[in-house]
Amino acid sequence: MSAVRPVADPLAFKDNARIVVADPVLRRSFRGAMDFLTDKRAAQFPDVAGFNRLRALGESIRQYALANLPQLLGQLEERLAERGVHVHWAENAEDANRLFLEIAQRHDAKLMVKGKSMVSEEIELNHRMAEHGIDCVETDMGEYILQLDHDRPSHIIMPAIHKTKEDVARIFAEHIPGAGYTEDVNELIAIGRRALRDKFATAKIGVSGVNFLVAETGSIVLVENEGNGRLSTTVPDVHIAITGIEKVIAKLEHVAPLFTLLTRSATGQAVTTYLNVISGPRREGEKDGPREQHLILLDNGRTQAYREERFRATLQCIRCGACMNHCPVYARVGGLSYGTTYPGPIGAIISPHLMNLESTRDLPTASSLCGACGEVCPVGIPIPDLLMRLREAARHDEPVAQQRKALKGQGGARRMLEVAAWKGWRLVYANSRIYRLVTWLATRCRRLLPGRQAGWTGTRVALRPAPRSLRERLAQRRPTPIPMDDTSKPAA
Amino acid sequence: MSPPVPALPTPRDVYFFATCVVDMFEPEAGLDAIAVLEHAGLRVTFPEAQTCCGQPAYTTGFPEEALRVARAQLDLFPEPWPIVVPSGSCAGMIHHHWPRLFAHDAELSKRARDIASRVVEFTDFVVGTLGLDLADADDAPVKVALHTSCSARREMDTLRSGRAVLAALPGVELAHHDHESECCGFGGTFSVKHPEISAAMAGDKLDAIAATGCSTFVSADCGCLLNLNSTLAKRGTPLRGRHVASFLRERLRIASVEHGP
Ligand code: SF4
Repeated sequence: MSAVRPVADPLAFKDNARIVVADPVLRRSFRGAMDFLTDKRAAQFPDVAGFNRLRALGESIRQYALANLPQLLGQLEERLAERGVHVHWAENAEDANRLFLEIAQRHDAKLMVKGKSMVSEEIELNHRMAEHGIDCVETDMGEYILQLDHDRPSHIIMPAIHKTKEDVARIFAEHIPGAGYTEDVNELIAIGRRALRDKFATAKIGVSGVNFLVAETGSIVLVENEGNGRLSTTVPDVHIAITGIEKVIAKLEHVAPLFTLLTRSATGQAVTTYLNVISGPRREGEKDGPREQHLILLDNGRTQAYREERFRATLQCIRCGACMNHCPVYARVGGLSYGTTYPGPIGAIISPHLMNLESTRDLPTASSLCGACGEVCPVGIPIPDLLMRLREAARHDEPVAQQRKALKGQGGARRMLEVAAWKGWRLVYANSRIYRLVTWLATRCRRLLPGRQAGWTGTRVALRPAPRSLRERLAQRRPTPIPMDDTSKPAA
Repeated sequence: MSPPVPALPTPRDVYFFATCVVDMFEPEAGLDAIAVLEHAGLRVTFPEAQTCCGQPAYTTGFPEEALRVARAQLDLFPEPWPIVVPSGSCAGMIHHHWPRLFAHDAELSKRARDIASRVVEFTDFVVGTLGLDLADADDAPVKVALHTSCSARREMDTLRSGRAVLAALPGVELAHHDHESECCGFGGTFSVKHPEISAAMAGDKLDAIAATGCSTFVSADCGCLLNLNSTLAKRGTPLRGRHVASFLRERLRIASVEHGP
């Protein structure tokens, strides 16, 4: 990673992106990493029809769950309570952190071990706990590397994908006592694992994210590869799981198709090393497992996406990261440039709800709408459509058609100049007489157009109309002979 | 014995919807497309009042403005003829997005759906509908790369038709480039809202195309071509992309329409 770190603010997206795009080493490394992931995924879905069938199933499972979200959450809470799991509801990050703190203080815990959880990043759990003298240690290898280096995840599945092995060698040598400098990857992993083992043994609290919540059985499903998730959820006395309210699904049998869609889309794996189905704390007579279990369900703006029919599909996401891996913009700017917890296409469609549309206004436009994301999304989220709807909401102060209420930060990208430009465009293009006059003038005055056109001419020559428009040239052509048996009008 | 499959009637008349980019910036591509269609024996009607499909405003977040512009095109295609569009992404806009744009109004929506069902991208029309015989075309060996606009490829299947037309042309060798299905970075207003990212994408695309050693590349989308050719001109290298219609007209040795049939 280059010396300049991207600023953790979505308003800095353009500046961040500019720096990364100009760095050939970073560009090559991102490209290589993304190619690796897209190839692995492609190998898992050799036939398009098969993928489409499975995706349709995944999509309907997620849509069904969202259509019944309130009931399913109610059912989930009941089932979990029966199993002895404490369910908490958090409206925002502050609520969630307060819940963590209360539980930690009750147990007098000074150390938490944490499996990978993007929602915990969303609420900045580590920083908030640190303010109260509680050490919250990342146990996912990628996250651990980032934590040691005071860096942020740049990918939701491969958080440290922007780090090279040389970076890791340096970070471990600097921060892990007794670790010498080595660039041997196996050796590095062994060093990291050894350092983490002690933490598992001493932490009172284990924290994890959640992949799926099953309403009918009250199960917390966690998908992982390193085993740190299983350790975090079973070794410490207390386990706290945190996730967004949208993660619930109706039935246990819905896990299988979503699981296979997730692992194949995310890392190109047929299955992961671990699939944890957690069903409550240690029971009478059991020898292991946490003695106390909590689930924190976070809203943090999700109900806004839920409320608006035209944005609801955003919540279908199962956080596989495939949309990032296939995004030509993400591949060039990297995840950190977005300045949000969730980068890439999913970040661009969900961050406006989690934060607000004003501070995230440059994310929905950071797409050529090429459609690669929508094509690979395993639950059929129409990401390009959602990007267009957010662009629209960002450019209109009032709720637009089919919108119930204004979004947070609605109209945040509205600029009078742009609005006027499109009004002018409409005037010309919706009225063919004016349009013909304008094209006539533009073709005559083509040499007078500026040689510098903002945004366009940095790497391109200026756009100039042709000397004569197509319609003029058609009008001037020699008339084509009309066949005798017909009187309908030929071209021009 | 199963009865013979009746051949679909080949249309005699078609409408030509040029698109705003072709009209003002790339008229040659439009003329060449018309020349090929006329060579195939069709009568081509160019409705004089046509302007734009509305895509630029639609994708930027101004669907109301897009709707007004699209509305102005709805009356221009009264006969039940195919509407040939020399730009896949505009064809996709009409085919997929017009029905949605007019969904609030039953009458307009019916007309939009009728037009949407008749819209066909130029290459697809030539190889799919017409099945134009290209065997007699110029067979001088030439190495050509193909760039498909993303929305056109996904919405109008132009990768299939683009490859089919090149495969049917004698002497043409298709040069596959790295990351062939990746976007060229145009994306309408994206190219000016995020110029550095767009430029990086265009640069990578052109490097990949140039690396094949092809002498030219073809595309069925003038938006992508404007982006790529403007970048190439700034680079000062001789490689240029061509509209597939222009390439086709030349290989078929058809005179430009301006010189009469
Ligand atoms: S939006 Fe789709 S592709 Fe992207 S992370 Fe979510 S499920 Fe995966």
